[in-house]
Amino acid sequence: MLIRRPGDILPSEITPKDVFLNRRQFMTAAAGTALLAGEAAAALKGIPSRYSASEQPNSRKEITSYNNFYEFGTSKEDPARNAGSLKTRPWQVVVEGEAGKPKTFGIEEILKLAPLEERIYRLRCVEGWSMVIPWVGIPLASLLKAVQPTGNAKFVAFETLNDPKQMPGLASRVLDWPYREGLRMDEALHPLTILAVGLYGEVLPNQNGAPIRLVVPWKYGFKSIKSIVRIRLQAQQPATSWNLAAPNEYGFYSNVNPAVAHPRWSQATERRIGEFLKRKTLPFNGYGDQVARLYQGMDLTRFF
Amino acid sequence: MLLRLLQSGSLWFVLSLLPLLRAVFLLWQGELVNPVEFITRSSGTWALVFLLLTLAITPLRQMSGWSGWLQYRRMLGLYAFFYAVLHFGIYLWLDQLFDWAAIVRDIIERPFITVGMLALLLLIPLAITSTKAMMRRLKRRWGLLHRLIYPIAILAVVHFWWLVKKDLSEPMIYAAVLALLLGWRCRAWLFGFTGRLKQQNVRAHSPRRDPAG
Repeated sequence: MLIRRPGDILPSEITPKDVFLNRRQFMTAAAGTALLAGEAAAALKGIPSRYSASEQPNSRKEITSYNNFYEFGTSKEDPARNAGSLKTRPWQVVVEGEAGKPKTFGIEEILKLAPLEERIYRLRCVEGWSMVIPWVGIPLASLLKAVQPTGNAKFVAFETLNDPKQMPGLASRVLDWPYREGLRMDEALHPLTILAVGLYGEVLPNQNGAPIRLVVPWKYGFKSIKSIVRIRLQAQQPATSWNLAAPNEYGFYSNVNPAVAHPRWSQATERRIGEFLKRKTLPFNGYGDQVARLYQGMDLTRFF
Repeated sequence: MLLRLLQSGSLWFVLSLLPLLRAVFLLWQGELVNPVEFITRSSGTWALVFLLLTLAITPLRQMSGWSGWLQYRRMLGLYAFFYAVLHFGIYLWLDQLFDWAAIVRDIIERPFITVGMLALLLLIPLAITSTKAMMRRLKRRWGLLHRLIYPIAILAVVHFWWLVKKDLSEPMIYAAVLALLLGWRCRAWLFGFTGRLKQQNVRAHSPRRDPAG
């Protein structure tokens, strides 16, 4: 016998499909507005992308409570605890250097440069753990093309906000602040390289690098610089924070490579957060088909 | 009554199990994002803490003049061994999945693992000879053998120091405590206050209660 509990939804209560779709459009449009208002965990949906991995993403809790973001402390729990002091609105990103049209962008302008996409990417930390993360963002290329790079633009340098009032971790001299990262121009323009502004269909939480961060899924996590305030196109290879801190341990390229060990630990395997046993690390974090050609002819043990 | 409880070995025995119970509870709760990393770090940290506690007994005895501290030393040392073995077991199983070729490579190639392994190996003879019978059998050589605790503690701190990615503040604390504990002994040796016997002699000749303090 079918027992109908009072909680059951009546067919008449189910939203008609066209209304539902309309609502979705409304939500997408509203997302930008909500972002302006700086609401906590405002919706920020992205359209599905063919670049997304088919793996099951880690939980929101895992992604937002286990972070490396030294500006808020060096333990994995520190960023979730301390990043509340970061003010992500208003936010400006200076894009300068070898560009025909250098420009300072407000975060709202960046969100309009290209349709927001959901990119489910593997993230492999240099420490030997990994996650699968559903980012929302735009290709970095869409921002770079907007400033019209000159022929001299061979590299892109990035900088994180450097404000001790908002970032308690800056009081420690553990790294040479501001945090700096860099990419070669072809890496920066690669379609896999994105600027992420959201996570799990919502505005990026502060501990994950709000309001805007880089995601380069075939490189170790520290290359994916957080809370970006400056992007500079330049002819020379930029200095990068971890390379400055320990040049023999962290190279400029830092492509995920199971064959090249960190001087103090092996990179052959990784622990996927949520899994009991370790799994094998893949060359270029499994993105070799798309990116291996960028490094053709390069000795990756030398350019690690 | 309270003093008796504090002096009873069983209280300290149970207290020393708390780090293990805490880890088991947190694992059971399932809230840890990277549980393997947590139990690896936690077991290693507590092995080091118990090593330092073991080394603190002699200074405590000399400072307080109460020789009762000695009754806890063996237990503390064995707990250091216990947590170190847990630490190593987790590494063998959950980190290396008993891949012996990889483990041997790891021990040879990575200095922080080499020194950690060495510290554990040196602890084994101390654990084996920790019984009263062994103490009697080895006589003077027992004390000599158990001086291995000094290099073991140094190796353990170096092991921690070398594995840290960048922020050395935590290993620095352990290094500072170890420096204090070893420094106390150096001072005692320099001034000749090596043991209870000598200290009592000094006390007999001096009006001050604690000449070393």
